[in-house]
Amino acid sequence: MSNESYSVQLKRETLKRRSRFVLVFAILAIAFCVIVILNINTGNVHISVPKILRIIFLREGDSTELNIIWKIRLPRIIMSAVLGGALSLSGFLLQTFFENPIAGPFMLGISSGAKMVVALVMIYFMQIFASVSSYALIAAAFVGALMSIGFVLLFSRRIRNMATLLVAGIMIGYICSAITDFVVTFAADSDIVNLHNWSKGSFSGMNWNNVQVACIVIGITFVLTFLMAKPISAWQMGESYARSMGLNIKAFCAGLIILASLLAATVTAFAGPISFVGIAVPFLIKRSLNSSQPLVVIPATFLGGAVFCMVSDLIARVAFAPTELNISTVTSIFGAPVVIFMMLRRKRGN
Amino acid sequence: MSEAYLQLKHLSVGYQKHAVISGIDLDIKKGEVIALIGPNGAGKSTILKTLSRALPIIEGNIVLDGKNLTDYQNRELSMKMAVILTDRIKVELMTCRDIVATGRYPYTGRLGILSEEDNARVDEAIAAVHAEEIALKDFNAISDGQRQRILLARAVCQDPEIILLDEPTSFLDVKHKLELLSILTNMARKKNITVITSLHEIDLAEKVADRIVTVKGQEVFGYGEPSEVFSEEGIRRLYDIDNGFFDPLFGNIELQKPEGDTPQVFVLAGGSSGIPVFRDLQRKNIPFATGILYPNENDYQVARLFATEVITEKAYCTITAEALERAKQVMAACPYIIDAGAQTGEMNAAVEELRKLAQESGKLTTAEALSPIRTKK
Repeated sequence: MSNESYSVQLKRETLKRRSRFVLVFAILAIAFCVIVILNINTGNVHISVPKILRIIFLREGDSTELNIIWKIRLPRIIMSAVLGGALSLSGFLLQTFFENPIAGPFMLGISSGAKMVVALVMIYFMQIFASVSSYALIAAAFVGALMSIGFVLLFSRRIRNMATLLVAGIMIGYICSAITDFVVTFAADSDIVNLHNWSKGSFSGMNWNNVQVACIVIGITFVLTFLMAKPISAWQMGESYARSMGLNIKAFCAGLIILASLLAATVTAFAGPISFVGIAVPFLIKRSLNSSQPLVVIPATFLGGAVFCMVSDLIARVAFAPTELNISTVTSIFGAPVVIFMMLRRKRGN
Repeated sequence: MSEAYLQLKHLSVGYQKHAVISGIDLDIKKGEVIALIGPNGAGKSTILKTLSRALPIIEGNIVLDGKNLTDYQNRELSMKMAVILTDRIKVELMTCRDIVATGRYPYTGRLGILSEEDNARVDEAIAAVHAEEIALKDFNAISDGQRQRILLARAVCQDPEIILLDEPTSFLDVKHKLELLSILTNMARKKNITVITSLHEIDLAEKVADRIVTVKGQEVFGYGEPSEVFSEEGIRRLYDIDNGFFDPLFGNIELQKPEGDTPQVFVLAGGSSGIPVFRDLQRKNIPFATGILYPNENDYQVARLFATEVITEKAYCTITAEALERAKQVMAACPYIIDAGAQTGEMNAAVEELRKLAQESGKLTTAEALSPIRTKK
């Protein structure tokens, strides 16, 4: 008899869970569409929706408006969506790996490490070639990201403690920022025209070439991450159990670190360091899904990160127009309270 | 004798190339329940970790089902071997059923989506450990005992031939300990699963295991059936107990007997009536004598550990005049007498005589009324 009630209960719970997943994805999708339209529609030059649709789908209309939409707003929106998604996903991977809910690319100094190497490469290349390819920047950022995470791993392996991990990350972040500032201070003005804006974090000044490169790199990384959903679910049970399930621990860890670093590096290469997105979004997504199952959390986190960053970018552009805010200013205002809330919940033993 | 399922051949286990235990030679048959016992830090976990490949073999060889353990593919091994570890599982937003379902990991496809059959196996395993009521609750919201049951279900739906468990009963109360172990052993017998578990509780090990491996210091100390391993002397040596007893019959650890050779109290015992009195006197460190007991009575098993003298009669025989005489003598020499309330019948009618004598002597008292004797040490 109790068996029957269990199967009934199970059916109900399974249905509940599925509808919750569908609901969350539906809300995210709707939010995504709304924010895209809002984003294209908003700016110093007002363009009406019918005009926008004609410009996008028929490529006809006033040439200034066409340029604003095609050359400025669209690449920017796509970039904020793709990079926002990548950053959140990177955060989710790092949190899973370190079993620490406030691990993230910014907290662990990965963004700062990437920023440092990108700054060095930019200045160096500018002096010799006068330009840097997007791929070179991503490669530079990736090297910086791996360096930072290497140090963090070195520390955290020795001292297995959640707090130590974060302190190590934050310290590495400071050191990298200090070196970046140092280099920037003594660089010729012409070399750092773009550097200044970028090093504070911004989605402005994106072009179609950037979009193409970012979409290729992040697209591939996303697919690979999604294919790792199963081993990630094993890892969530802890290293020992994961091993007993047949997971190749070394290969898995290396893969996860590389994917997380590559995602964070790509974001940093194009938009500079952006704070709190990597922590706040995965947390909010997991709570709303009421699940930590990687198979659903991975796409939802990506979508959620895209929405979060597009909203943040819109606010950065509009709030004090014509002055633009740094993207981190906005993401911090929304992201930091989420983290504080998260820690208070944990304190209560929830 | 049938072929061994798991062979440990001159195995050394340890950390970082440093052997903790060496020269282990064991043959374990399929379907056997093996308990590893030994003092804390003796290396029980090290053996289990080496068997589950969490630690590399330092020296020697492990052969599982006719194939070297090191030659197994990860997935292949995970279909044969499941583990229950002491590691605390830190998961979030997962129901108990989700945890159990992770046991199906080796069988699911690329994305780890559960098939109809996987789901059926999960629910079957949940039913096997009687966990339907908690299955849909959050894993973090249940008790330690329930958690162990869920982990057992998880191990079972991994469909293994062998389950390794590291101290599965720590943190559990007596009821849950027994419950867990009985589910485990029933399952092992039904599905012919080999079980190797480390256990803290020797009494449980004795009740549950087909064979016992005792581990101490640098070596495997003993290996055999419980009756062989659990001699009083063996346990004492294993745990370096010099201030107590191990009672091999009941698997209990007893404390030291009261000091002194001159009994202060004579206990009129029989059946199981004397045990509480004996324990009371032991706690109060009062030496006592008792009688007249049959060796097949419970009282006798405890009395022989604690009493300075136990007056006995052969089992199922009427008490002889000789035994009665000795009892009278000893009782007369004791300053106090306690009547534990032994039942009497035809065979031990002599006890009634002793009882009458005791009442007449005016020395009758109770264990509560006596004050403890301080140790001289």
